[in-house]
Amino acid sequence: MEMRAVYAECLAEMMEKDRHVCVLDADLAKASGTLALYKKFPKQMFDCGVAEQNMASIAAGLSSYGFKPYIESFTPFATRRICDQIAISISYAKQNVKVVGTDPGISAELNGGTHMSMEDIGVLRSIPGVVIFEPADAVQLRAAMPVINDYNGCVYIRLYRKELPDIFPADYKFDLFKADTVREGKDLSIFVSGFMTADALEAAKLLESEGINCEVINIHTIKPIDKEAVIASARKTGAVLTVENHNVIGGLHSAVVEALAEEKIPVCALGVEDRFGEVGKMPYLREALGLTVENIVAKARKAVSLK
Amino acid sequence: MSCDMKQICKDIRSDVVSCIGHLGVGHIGGCLSVVELLGVLYFEHMNIDPKNPKMAGRDRFVCSKGHAGPTVYSTLAKRGYFDRELLFTLNQGGTSLPSHCDMNLTTGIDMTTGSLGQGFSCAVGVALGAKLEDDGARVFALIGDGESQEGQIWEAAMFAAAKKLDNLIAFTDYNKLQIDGTVAEVNDIAPLGDKWAAFGWNVIDVENGNDCAQISEAITKAKANLGSGKPTMVILNTVKGCGVSFIEAMGAGNHNSPLSAEQTAAALAEIRGE
Repeated sequence: MEMRAVYAECLAEMMEKDRHVCVLDADLAKASGTLALYKKFPKQMFDCGVAEQNMASIAAGLSSYGFKPYIESFTPFATRRICDQIAISISYAKQNVKVVGTDPGISAELNGGTHMSMEDIGVLRSIPGVVIFEPADAVQLRAAMPVINDYNGCVYIRLYRKELPDIFPADYKFDLFKADTVREGKDLSIFVSGFMTADALEAAKLLESEGINCEVINIHTIKPIDKEAVIASARKTGAVLTVENHNVIGGLHSAVVEALAEEKIPVCALGVEDRFGEVGKMPYLREALGLTVENIVAKARKAVSLK
Repeated sequence: MSCDMKQICKDIRSDVVSCIGHLGVGHIGGCLSVVELLGVLYFEHMNIDPKNPKMAGRDRFVCSKGHAGPTVYSTLAKRGYFDRELLFTLNQGGTSLPSHCDMNLTTGIDMTTGSLGQGFSCAVGVALGAKLEDDGARVFALIGDGESQEGQIWEAAMFAAAKKLDNLIAFTDYNKLQIDGTVAEVNDIAPLGDKWAAFGWNVIDVENGNDCAQISEAITKAKANLGSGKPTMVILNTVKGCGVSFIEAMGAGNHNSPLSAEQTAAALAEIRGE
C-alpha cells in the first residue's frame, strides 16, 4: 500500500472520530492522496488553492479556535516556502498545526530540482518547537499518526508518497521521542531516517560478510533527536555513519553530530553533498546524488577505519 | 458621537503616549492612527466580557499590524481586562505587553501578530472556525496600508471571499505613510477600494477614519452584511500620529520614533486640551 494511502486512511479515521481534525490543501490534495476525503468530510477539508502562506496562517487561526489542522503540500512548498509562517503563525504562537510535506528529497523524481527539498529538515530544525518526523515504512506511519494527532504542537511529517518495503513487525510499538533499533551490532552505528532505512539494512548485510557488524537505528524523529539512544549506541560501537535523503548540512547528520559533540567518536555522512536535485527516476537520482547501498558500504568502511 | 467616546479615546490616546513615552521609543505614529477604531470596537460594538476573556462565542479582534500593540493594550486596560499600571511595563524585559501582540502573553489578545500579512490570514482562519462552530462570533481584523503590500494579504482576501466569510469585518488603517516614505511613493496600493471590491468584498470607505461617529456607522453597516456571503473591508482614511501635532508633522518619520520626557509631556498636554 502506498504511504500516502496509509496517511489518508489514518486521517479519515481521525476525522471520523473528531470533527475538529481538518485538512488544508494548496491544490495538491490529489498528489497527497486526500482528494477523495473532500466528499466524505466536506466540513473538514479545505482547499486554499495555490497559496501556501495563507494556508499555513489560516491553519493557525483554525487552531486558535480549537481545530486540529493538517496542512499539506510537496516538501519544498510545505517548508522552505512558508518557513516564516511555520515559525511565527504556528510555532511562536504555540498553535497545534501539523505540516505534511510529500515527496522529500530525490523522491520528487520527475518534478526535478525545483520540487526537491534537500534542506527542509534543516530549515525547520532551526525553528524552536517544531517536531520533525520521517516514517520509514507504512507500519511506522500507521502507528505514528494517532500519536502525532494527540501531540499538542507543530509536527512536520516528511512523507514519502509511494510504497515502501516493511521494516517493522505488525506488533510494532511507536514512541514519538524514542529511536528504533532495527538491527543490533557492535562495530558501527548507522543512524538513518525515511526510505533509506531499508538501504541501510541491506548495506549492513553486505558489511556482515566483510566482518563489520552494524547496528542500524531508525531515527524517525529527527527533532528532538533521541540523544540518549544516539550516544549509547555510538559509545557501544565506537564509530558512526548517518544516512539520509537530505543535504548533509542541517539534517540528520547535523543532528547526530550535535548529539555527539562531546564524544570522541568518528561520524561519517552519507547524504546529498550540498547540492540541488535534478530531474530523473529514482535509480538515476540515487546514482547521481550518491544515495546508493554501495556508497553506504564504502562510507561504513571509512567510519570503521577512523576508529 | 457620545461625549463618553470622546473621553474614552482621549484616555486611550493619553495612555498610548504615556507608555511609549515611559519607554522612550515606540511605534507611535501607527498606534495613534487607530485609537478611535479600537475605542469604538471595544466600547460600542464587540460582544466581549473583560471578566471572561476566553468566553465562548466572543467576538475576536486580530491586530494584523501587530506593532499597534500599545493601542490595543491601552484599550484593553481601559475596558477592564487588566490594570492600567501594567501599561508601563511595555517592552521591558519579562513583560506581558510586547511591542507586537502575543496571544500567549496578554490577557484579551486573540492572535499573535507581527510578521506582516500573517495575522490577516490567521483572522480568516478564525472566521472560518467561527463559521464551522456556528457560535455567532464575529471577527474584526486590522491591517496596515503598508502591510497591504504583502502578497499574503491578497491570498487571504481571495480565500475569505471564496469561502463566503461574511462574519469577517476588516479595517485598513489607510494613513498613507510607511517607514520609507509615503505609500504612494514606495509601492502604491491605490485604488484600494477597487482592489477589495474586485476581490469580492463589501467595501465601506470612511472619509475620516479618526472620527468615532463615522467609524461606528461603518461598523453598523458592516454588521448588517452578515448573511450577504461577503466579508467587509472598511477603509479608514486616517492620520498617522493623529492627535499630537508634532508627531503628525514628522510624517513617515513617526513610524518608530524616540519620544523624550519633554515631548511626552507636550503630547499629553495637547491631548488633554491644556
